Amino acid sequence: MNDRLLKTLKGITNGHARASQADLLAYSYDGTPGFQAMPDAVVSPGSAEEVSEIVRFCRSEGIPIVPRGSGTNLSAGTTPTAGGVVLLFNRMNQILEIDEENLTVTVQPGVITKDLIDAVEMRGLFYPPDPSSMKISTIGGNISENSGGLRGLKYGVTKDYVLGLEAVMPDGSVIKTGGKLAKDVAGYDLTKLLTGAEGTLGVITEATLKLIPMPSSKKTMLAQFAAMDQAAEAVSAIIENRIIPATLEFMDRATIRAVEDFAKVGLPLEAEAILLIEQDGAEAAVNDEMKLMKEICEKQGAFSVELAKTAEEANNLMTARRSALSALARLKPTTILEDATVPRSKVAEMVEAITKIAAKHQVTICTFGHAGDGNLHPTCITDARNTEEMHRVEAAFEEIFKEAIRLGGTITGEHGVGEMKAPYLEWKLGASGINVMKLIKQSLDPDNIMNPNKIFGKSEKKRVVVGR
Amino acid sequence: MTVEQAFTERMDEGELMNCMRCGFCLPSCPTYIQTGGDEVHSPRGRIAMMKAVHDGLTPLTDEMTNSLDVCLGCRACEPVCPAGVQYGHLLEEARTIIQDYKKPSVKEKVVRRTVLNELFPKNEQMNRAVGLVRFYQTSGLQKGIRKIGFLKLFPESMREMEKVLPAIPKRTRTDRKRLLATGEKKATVAFFQGCLMDTMFQETNQNTIRLLRSAGCDIVIPEGQGCCGALHGHAGEKEKAIEMAKRNIEAFEGMEADYIVLNAGGCGAYLAGYDHLLSQDMEWRERAARFKAKIRDFSSILIQHGFDERIRFKKRQHRVTYQDSCHLRNGMGVHHEPRQLIQMVEGADYVEMKNADGCCGSAGVYNLVQPEMSMQILDDKMKNVKEAAPGVIVTANPGCLLQMKLGIERAGLSGQVEAVHLADYLNND
Repeated sequence: MNDRLLKTLKGITNGHARASQADLLAYSYDGTPGFQAMPDAVVSPGSAEEVSEIVRFCRSEGIPIVPRGSGTNLSAGTTPTAGGVVLLFNRMNQILEIDEENLTVTVQPGVITKDLIDAVEMRGLFYPPDPSSMKISTIGGNISENSGGLRGLKYGVTKDYVLGLEAVMPDGSVIKTGGKLAKDVAGYDLTKLLTGAEGTLGVITEATLKLIPMPSSKKTMLAQFAAMDQAAEAVSAIIENRIIPATLEFMDRATIRAVEDFAKVGLPLEAEAILLIEQDGAEAAVNDEMKLMKEICEKQGAFSVELAKTAEEANNLMTARRSALSALARLKPTTILEDATVPRSKVAEMVEAITKIAAKHQVTICTFGHAGDGNLHPTCITDARNTEEMHRVEAAFEEIFKEAIRLGGTITGEHGVGEMKAPYLEWKLGASGINVMKLIKQSLDPDNIMNPNKIFGKSEKKRVVVGR
Repeated sequence: MTVEQAFTERMDEGELMNCMRCGFCLPSCPTYIQTGGDEVHSPRGRIAMMKAVHDGLTPLTDEMTNSLDVCLGCRACEPVCPAGVQYGHLLEEARTIIQDYKKPSVKEKVVRRTVLNELFPKNEQMNRAVGLVRFYQTSGLQKGIRKIGFLKLFPESMREMEKVLPAIPKRTRTDRKRLLATGEKKATVAFFQGCLMDTMFQETNQNTIRLLRSAGCDIVIPEGQGCCGALHGHAGEKEKAIEMAKRNIEAFEGMEADYIVLNAGGCGAYLAGYDHLLSQDMEWRERAARFKAKIRDFSSILIQHGFDERIRFKKRQHRVTYQDSCHLRNGMGVHHEPRQLIQMVEGADYVEMKNADGCCGSAGVYNLVQPEMSMQILDDKMKNVKEAAPGVIVTANPGCLLQMKLGIERAGLSGQVEAVHLADYLNND
């Protein structure tokens, strides 16, 4: 980036723009393996006005903008693959208001998800979306990716809690959508449009989120199975029995072992698969449903089903589960995970398909995920230096996507399309579906400066991508 | 060969690739937090830089070197890393390479030469230096110097450090023969004295030995042992560190001891990493592994032998908190034991302070070479101390102890709060 451009960005942000080689390198990646590219500058605005000025300036200069929270993205959504400005929100990280009358919280995008959850829980309120990266991720990132989490089954995902947004559009105008409203049908639902837009339609600068009362009690249980299909069948059986637990997580043997190696919380190393089940609500109802779920698991062949004895033990189990993806990185240099999602009733079929596909392509795939949501994370452990194996990994994942779609599912449940899954988007949407999305993108961002290459794939502008 | 080529050749590629950039380390990193979330000053960012230089994608720039210098080396990122990246090893190797190729600043050179080459490797020198401090404190010189304002010439942190140095006890020759357990004997332990602990904190060593004996340990103190080499290793002086490691391994090898025990977390974690330090050396690797296997913090030994169940200390009612030693916690995995021991004291009203597991900014010679960041971290730490409002802060490492004393002084808490080593705290009033 030339000095004039950097000077302007510094001028707008009172000096909070930089472009040393170290800065650019430190923001050249996110949590996605295989994607890395240098931006031209890293800028930390302090307000929506500053964001607006940056957007106007970048648009006039044709500089791409990549909004980035904490860079935990898993689909290369925040990797600056077209260069440009990486926009940070570390100066816009305040919880502005917790409204106990309307049960809402208003935040700036840079607030860490877990800090938000803790702050509202202090007031006896509950913000359910809890992505595994919640200790690190920002709420702005969660909204842009429409993140899920472990409590999605019963409570839904981020979009179910976004009531209103303030956003800077690609022309620099600032819009406000929604509000502290339970009902609002004034025109198109722009709140929902911007939620999950992966930063391709604008920059979120403030959000008002829905809160709900904190459930009065919570119980956690671990069920162990000697076969993967038994665990998968138990998931379907629980839901068929009209029980919606808060959490219904699945881990296979390889994942259990890697997680236990890191977390040392006493996970059963002899099990082929486990289900981590949590239910919350009124105590009597929780007790009844936990008992019923225990019976269902046993009927499906669980050889052990045990309740966590203390809140600490329960918390440790959940925290351990959140580390699953990174813990798998212990096993091989490269971990590539997917996010294919199927209707809940098809989980068992999907698990079986993954096993077959892995065998067919001779790759190692470990599977864990939000079984109750039909959202599995088949994760391939491999070595990016082995090109031949990488081709087989790619082929295996293509087949997994195809199978997910055949079962009525999707290519990504909660990680976003980003650049990584852009080549497969058409499989899910069809040409006409993609066309509608492209029309929306082009009308709002005709110069394609907002997070280019994401969702729709590479623009013509080629960049040298560094690293493996 | 250029420094970049040395990165390509010497950095452990497997370990660099082991980082999958998930970011789980970020909230644990004190410099990431202090810089308002600057990825340049995060473990993930530092590894990305090391890897980019290793991969030949970028030259090593001053900003990158600075990022590695600003790292405390507290290793708080290691226990939270699900992928198990050995960040400390990567940092040390990178620093060693940079040290081999770069010219340090004059100020850094002086600190390095006096501290690393003269003071720490040679216990006699340390005795003399600490003896000088005692002379300085007792002769009236201290008063005089403070009056003249001579110390104004030094950085603020060093000036303040001068105020909080403990009164140095007159040196007593330790009786080096075997000390017997009081009561039933349960184990024989070889005691690692450490250089700073053996001089400035002699009394703490004596108290540690007293506690170990009452826990049922026979004590042997091998001749010929010396500084652990941690400060050298962390500062990129690997050759010097290896030399010291070999000397210590040799000194303890002949001892028929069940454990090698010490009371300084910083040294302990380094001793426990001798096998990595010597991993390139076929002959020494095995010897280092045997040595490593015996290293224990004294608090673990006390708990292991049921000390907390048998012995009761009585103190007047007081509020007390514990500041983790980073390397004891992150390097040796010891953090329950000191807390458990404090809570067995009658009269102790234990309060866990916020971020007790976060570095205090002492970090070896970090507070001398990076005074600004160190003081920023310390002042934040003192805010948490004020919130917890203890009368006593217990620590388990000499560097942390001095830093906490300094923090108390800076926060204007002198007289209200005192900082003590765990071994000195475990006593009757």
